[in-house]
Amino acid sequence: MSTSAADLGSYIGSENTLSSWLLTRDHKRIALLFFASITVFFFVGGFAATLIRLHLVNPAGTLLQKEVYNRVFTMHGIVMVWFFLIPSIPATLGNFLLPLMIGARDLAFPRLNLFSWYLFNASGLLALYFLLVGGVDTGWTFYTPYSTLFANGHVIPAVVAVFINGFSTIATALNFVVTTHKLRAPGMTWFRLPLFVWAIYATSIIMLLATPVLAMTLALVALERLAGLGIFDPRLGGDPLLFQHMFWFYSHPAVYIMILPAMGVVSEIITCFARRPVFGYQGMCFALVAIAVIGFFVWGHHMFTTGISLTSAVVFSLMSFIVAVPSAIKVFNWTATLHNARIHFEAPMLYALGFIGLFTLGGLTGLVLATLSSDIHLQDTYFVVAHFHFIMVGGTVTAYFGGLHYWWPKITGRHYPEMWGRAAAILMFAGFSVTFFPQFIVGYLGMPRRYYTYPAEWQIWNVLSSAGASILALGYLLPLGYLPWSLCYGRRAEANPWGATGLEWQTASPPPTHNFEHTPRVTRGPYGYDPRDGSFVAQNGASRG
Amino acid sequence: MASAQLQVQYTDLRQQSETAQLGMWVFIATEVLFFGSLIWAYVVYRTAYPLQFRLAGHDSVILLGSINQVILLTSSLTMVLAIRAARAQRQRQLLDLLLLTALLGVAFLGVKGYEYSLDAASHAVPVLDFLFKPGYRPPAEMFWTFYFIATGLHALHLTIGIVLVLILAARAARGAFSRGYDAPLEVIGLYWSFVDTVWLFLFACIYPLGRSLS
Repeated sequence: MSTSAADLGSYIGSENTLSSWLLTRDHKRIALLFFASITVFFFVGGFAATLIRLHLVNPAGTLLQKEVYNRVFTMHGIVMVWFFLIPSIPATLGNFLLPLMIGARDLAFPRLNLFSWYLFNASGLLALYFLLVGGVDTGWTFYTPYSTLFANGHVIPAVVAVFINGFSTIATALNFVVTTHKLRAPGMTWFRLPLFVWAIYATSIIMLLATPVLAMTLALVALERLAGLGIFDPRLGGDPLLFQHMFWFYSHPAVYIMILPAMGVVSEIITCFARRPVFGYQGMCFALVAIAVIGFFVWGHHMFTTGISLTSAVVFSLMSFIVAVPSAIKVFNWTATLHNARIHFEAPMLYALGFIGLFTLGGLTGLVLATLSSDIHLQDTYFVVAHFHFIMVGGTVTAYFGGLHYWWPKITGRHYPEMWGRAAAILMFAGFSVTFFPQFIVGYLGMPRRYYTYPAEWQIWNVLSSAGASILALGYLLPLGYLPWSLCYGRRAEANPWGATGLEWQTASPPPTHNFEHTPRVTRGPYGYDPRDGSFVAQNGASRG
Repeated sequence: MASAQLQVQYTDLRQQSETAQLGMWVFIATEVLFFGSLIWAYVVYRTAYPLQFRLAGHDSVILLGSINQVILLTSSLTMVLAIRAARAQRQRQLLDLLLLTALLGVAFLGVKGYEYSLDAASHAVPVLDFLFKPGYRPPAEMFWTFYFIATGLHALHLTIGIVLVLILAARAARGAFSRGYDAPLEVIGLYWSFVDTVWLFLFACIYPLGRSLS
């Protein structure tokens, strides 16, 4: 990257030795380190997805052997969940933006932040190791007794990798929670925090309280498998259902770990490009917290067909409907924010609008699955696969790319090429829809997930899905080309190219090492946009017509 | 050595100290869920197999468990007194109390190790050579599985605590702490008391079981 006078003194331009990056304590540099790591895993997991879609073009399933197929979809799940989706927005955009948005000079514990990145990479290397030596065939869920007694893959390295990964998650989340409590700039009250900060805060609370349960659960699985201890083994008095309870006590809240940061990103983008304050700001804050809290009491909806009692099934079903209420509030409020607005359709906004549509469909089909009677028909079918991909890929990944484009000028000091950005957004939306909508249909028809063959009459839906996946892959590969290109050739970005109100836009692009020349004083709420003429007043009182 | 360096992200030492303490509280919340999930699993099985767990619990050495409870509670007292000594600028007393705290921690581990040897001698170690006495079924062995996992994890946490307290002692010997700067003492003290509290719960889960059996 070429340096100029503008870059000197910025966090990127100031010093560029290898150790200045690998031993950095600057949250912005650590965010970029995380970005590099998770990008690798995004494409590792994407490669596995490509193999799956290629394999399923043919109903007889001749591309991969059945054992290999099991390992490929397990690898796809493990890598995408723990090595991409969980850290995706928090560890990159969250790391970069949280201190900037609250007017702080860094996170509370910078060394812990760096340590978290090393933990992540240690777990990632272990994950790549068990991938190379042959992988795991348990599915990402590690269900017992298969994982402890029968699976002949490398379950222990996989479990240890996820275990260490959890420490990285906890370290980052702890940093975010403490920073939000203690390092807000003067005047930055709780109800002046941008929604992205609220989202990262609520996410961090879930990470802190759910991840240790996963750690314990996986430790017990490893002990049972290694030492033959009786914990979940029914022959020794154990209960495999207990494993499922403990696993989903983490893994359902983990879904909200993935989606809440995406909601935060989308809230920032929509209000900026609609030039209107977020409709019902406080309601949006409470909705985020409500999702985080209620999300801890819905895990049983993964277990309706396992023989849990009718009473608990009814309660878990009811709670799952209740958690949909704050999610719906968010969708309505985004829509209300757009109402009567003069909308600017730059690339970040295209991603954000795509998010609303795909998330809504993903959320509504979640209600179909939360309904006891229909779940019995749809359990373990492609309907479930389609549902959670709409949330995690249509939702989280779309918002991740939206946020990446929105804050790209701030992070790099360069503009991404706008037309390419829009093209990728449209390709991702179209490719995603063609890939996963057919899976709702084929799942409703009864195609089970994780099978490597299927009856020939379902081939049309699978071919459609695989064709869509190729469009989606193109959409994901485009930014891999034009974003690095823009680092060298992109137009230089001014401090506040979008005319946005957050504190992160009131400092240079890219920001100086300690973020602000002077600690900002916050005088007003986060979204001082004027819908009449598109002017704004930033949180520190700066304004522009 | 500079005893109280202000890091760049803070405006004053008080903010830095409060932040460190909040960090430890949040970490403890995480730990509560970590041990809590283990105790949750334990409670599920204990409810499912009440008699077997009572039979197995009857074999635990309640005398040593109780002695260890007293040792750990005392060590929390000495830890708190150490913080008070730092605030009163009594450097010698601070050092003595920190060393006493670590010593009590080591004493706990010694008693625990002796107790493990008694457990092993009575064939209570699962998988290796677990002895099924008359009336014992697999859940009795499961009780001992939980016993070793829970007390082992607790011992690991305590070992980390001892190392941390010894580091504090080394810093105290160089006069690092004073009325104005006691944040590391507070933070490690919180951790120490948490590990102590965990033992309260483990004691209740393990030792009182089956004491009414003859």
